[in-house]
Amino acid sequence: MNDKKLPIWNQATDDAQPTLSMNPKKFSMWLFLLSVVMIFASLTSGYIVRKAEGNWVDFELPPIFWLTTGILIVSSFTHHLAFVNAKKDNLAQVKGWMLITALLGVSFLVTQWYSWVYLVNINVYFSGNNVAGSFLYVLTGLHMLHVVSAVIFVLITTWRTQFDKVHSKNLLGIELCATYWHFLDVLWIYLFFFLSVFH
Amino acid sequence: MASIELHNPARSVDTHGHDHHDDHEHEEGTFLTKYIFSQDHKVIAKQFLISGMIWAILGGTLSSLFRLQLGFPDMDMSILKPILGGWIEDGKLNPEFYLAMVTMHGTIMVFFVLTAGLSGTFSNFLIPLQIGARDMASGFLNMLSYWFFFASSVLMMWSMFIETGPASGGWVIYPPLSALPQASPGSGTGMTMWLFSMALFIVSSLLGSINYVSTVINMRTKGMTFSRLPLTIWAFFFTAIIGILSFPVLFSAALLLIFDRSLGTSFYLSEIYINGEALPNMGGSPILFQHLFWFLGHPEVYIVILPALGITSEIIAVNSRKPIFGYKAMIGSIMAITLLSFIVWAHHMFVTGMNPFLGSIFMFLTLIIAIPSAVKAFNYITTLWRGNIVFTPAMLFSIGLVSFFISGGLTGVALGNSAIDIQLHDTYFVVAHFHLVMGSAAFFGMVAGVYHWFPKMFGRMMNEKLGYLHFWMTFVGIYCIFFPMHYTGIAGFPRRYYSFTTYDTFKTFGDLNAFISTAAIITFFAQFLLVFNFFYSIFRGRRAPLNPWRSNTLEWTTPIHPGHGNWVGEIPHVFRWPYDYSKPGAEEDFIMQTVPYSETTSSNLEGEVDPVEEESSSKVHA
Repeated sequence: MNDKKLPIWNQATDDAQPTLSMNPKKFSMWLFLLSVVMIFASLTSGYIVRKAEGNWVDFELPPIFWLTTGILIVSSFTHHLAFVNAKKDNLAQVKGWMLITALLGVSFLVTQWYSWVYLVNINVYFSGNNVAGSFLYVLTGLHMLHVVSAVIFVLITTWRTQFDKVHSKNLLGIELCATYWHFLDVLWIYLFFFLSVFH
Repeated sequence: MASIELHNPARSVDTHGHDHHDDHEHEEGTFLTKYIFSQDHKVIAKQFLISGMIWAILGGTLSSLFRLQLGFPDMDMSILKPILGGWIEDGKLNPEFYLAMVTMHGTIMVFFVLTAGLSGTFSNFLIPLQIGARDMASGFLNMLSYWFFFASSVLMMWSMFIETGPASGGWVIYPPLSALPQASPGSGTGMTMWLFSMALFIVSSLLGSINYVSTVINMRTKGMTFSRLPLTIWAFFFTAIIGILSFPVLFSAALLLIFDRSLGTSFYLSEIYINGEALPNMGGSPILFQHLFWFLGHPEVYIVILPALGITSEIIAVNSRKPIFGYKAMIGSIMAITLLSFIVWAHHMFVTGMNPFLGSIFMFLTLIIAIPSAVKAFNYITTLWRGNIVFTPAMLFSIGLVSFFISGGLTGVALGNSAIDIQLHDTYFVVAHFHLVMGSAAFFGMVAGVYHWFPKMFGRMMNEKLGYLHFWMTFVGIYCIFFPMHYTGIAGFPRRYYSFTTYDTFKTFGDLNAFISTAAIITFFAQFLLVFNFFYSIFRGRRAPLNPWRSNTLEWTTPIHPGHGNWVGEIPHVFRWPYDYSKPGAEEDFIMQTVPYSETTSSNLEGEVDPVEEESSSKVHA
C-alpha cells in the first residue's frame, strides 16, 4: 500500500476553492418549510380531486376569516419590526414587538376558533358526510397547529430577549423565527384564497 | 506509512474483551451519550444498520412462513404453535394472519429495512465522511431521527403481538379495508398502531432527509465542488430530496385516514354495506386515497433503489479500477429519475377506472423512466468492460444488483403499458417485477455497502470466503424464487391469496410453488451467513488497513478508527474528482481526491492544474 501522498493537508496549502454554502440551520428551516408546503399542497390537491367528483356541499366561508387574515398580516409586520430593531440593537423595542407578535398570534388562534363556531352554527360539522366541511376543518386545523408551534417559537425568542440574547451579532434565532412566521402568514393567505375560489 | 502520522496512538489501543464499540473508547462521555444517545453520525449509522438487520430478519421470517403456506398447503404446521400460538388452528395457518403477515412483510421491508436501514445507514455514515465534514448539519436532529425511528419500530413490533394481530390490509393500506375496523381483525387496533407508527416514521425520515440535504449542500470541505462529489453522495442527496417532497404526502393521506377511522369523517368512505346494513358514510372517495398514497408510494421505490445504485456506482468503479463511465450522465439520470418519480404515480392505478387518456399520459411518462434507468445499467456495464476487476464480495453484490436491475427493469417496461398492466395487475408477475428491481436490487446494494464499508465502520475486515458463499446462495436463490413467479403471474395467479388449491386453474402450479418456497427458505437461511460474518468480524475479523480497497474517496483518509469529528487536525482539501483510477502515466492505479495536480505531473491531462498555479497569474479567486 502506498499512502505516501496522504498528509497533503498538513502542508498548509490553501489552494482548494471554498465551496458554496449557507448557514445549515437556515437551510434546514427552508427544507422543513418545503415539507410543510407538500402537506398542504397534497391536501388542497386532494380537495380539488374530490370536488371534481361532484356531490359537493356549498356553504359560505366564515366571514371572520377576513379578520383573522388581517391579524396575521399585522403580526407579520410586527415580527418584522422586531427583527429590524434587533439588527439595530434596540433591545427594548425587540422585546416589545416580539411580545406583540406573540399576542397577535394567540388572538389569531382565538378568532380562528370562532370560525369553527360559525361553521357549527350553520350546521357544517367536522364529522359526517359533508366532505367539503371536513376539508375546511382539516385545512384550518392543521394550519392552526402550525401556528401554535410558531407562537411557541416566538415566545422562546421573546424569552431570549429578556436575557439580551437577541441582537445584531446574534440574529439567527430571530431570523429563523421570522421565516417560519412569515411562511405561515403566506400559507394562510394561500389557503384563504384557495378556499374562496374552490368552495 | 502515512497511517502512522494520522493515527492517534490512543485510538489504536486494542480492547480485546471489551464490546465492539472499541473504536470510540477514547471519547469523553458516558456509555449513554457515546453509544445510545450519540450525536456522532457514525454511531447513528450503526444504530440504523443493526436495527435494519433485526427488521430484515423478522421480515424474512414472515415471508418464509407464508411461503410455507403457499408452497405446502397441506402441511401440518403444529410445530410452529410455540411461536405463532393461536394463529395456527388445527395445524393450519389462520387466513387472517396470513394476510397480516403479507402486510407486515411489505411494510417492514419497504420502510424499516430498505428506507431506514439503507438510507439511514449509508447516508448517515458516508455523507460526512465523503464530503469532508466533521458531522451532520445538526447532530441533535440526527439523533432524534434515529429515536423517532426507534419509537416507530417499537410500536410496529408491538402491533404484531396484540390479540387481533397487526394491520392486514396490505402495505398500501387501501380504504375501506383499512378504514373500517369491522373489515378484518387487523383493521382494528393493529391498523391504528400501524398508522401511528408510520407517523413517527415519517417524522424520522424527514429529520434525516433535511439533515442530509443540508449537509451535502453546506458542509463540503474546500475543493469539494458538486462536480467532484462521489456518486454515492449524489444518490443520497436526491434520495433525501425525494423523501422531503413525498413523505409529507403520505402524512396527509394517513391523517385523513385516521380521521375517517376515529372521528367519523367520510374522506374515503361512501355507500358501504356490511352484512346488509348501510354505513352512514357518504360522499367519500377511496380513489383519492390511492392518489395520495401513490404520490408517496412511487417515489418511495426510488428512495429505496437510488442509494443502492449510488453505492453500486462507487463499488463498481473502485473494483473495476476504472473511472465510472459517464459520471455526468449518471448524475443526469439520477436527476431525471427523481423528477419523473413524481409524475408517474397513477400507473399503480390503471385498474381504478381512470380515464384512458389520462392512463396513456401516465403510461408515456412511466416508459420514459426506462431511459435514465438504461443509462445507469449501460454505464455500469461499460465501467466493468475491460476493467481490472477485483471480485470482492461487495463487487459481486454490486454486479448482482445490476443483474436484478436489468431483469426486473425489463418487466417494468412491460408493466408500464396500461394494456398489459390491466391483464397482469395484482398477479405474481407484479410481485416478481418489484421484488427483483426494487427489493432484491436494493437489498444487494445494501449488502454490498456493508461488505465495502465494514472496514471503515469497525476497523476490521469481513471474511471473504463466507462473503462469496453468501453471494452465490443469495444470487442463485433469488432468481430461483422470482423467475418462476413471472410464469405463474402471466397465467393469472393472483397475489395475496391464501389458498390457490381451491381453484382448478392454479392447482397445476403446486410443484412450482413448492420449488419457490424451498428456494425462498434456503435463501433466507443463507442470510445468516452475513449476520454471522458481520457480528463475528466486529470482534474477531482481520484488522483493516487504512485503505483496504485502494479507493480515492475521502473516508479512507480518516484514521482506521475515526473518532467524533472524523479527522485528526484539519479536514483534507479536495483537488480532483473521485474516479482517477488507472490514470495513464500515474504511479499507482488510483489517485486520491486529496492529491493536488502539482504532485501528479506525469499523469495530468491538458488543463488539469491546481488553482494555486492559476492564482499566480491572477489573484482574483484567492
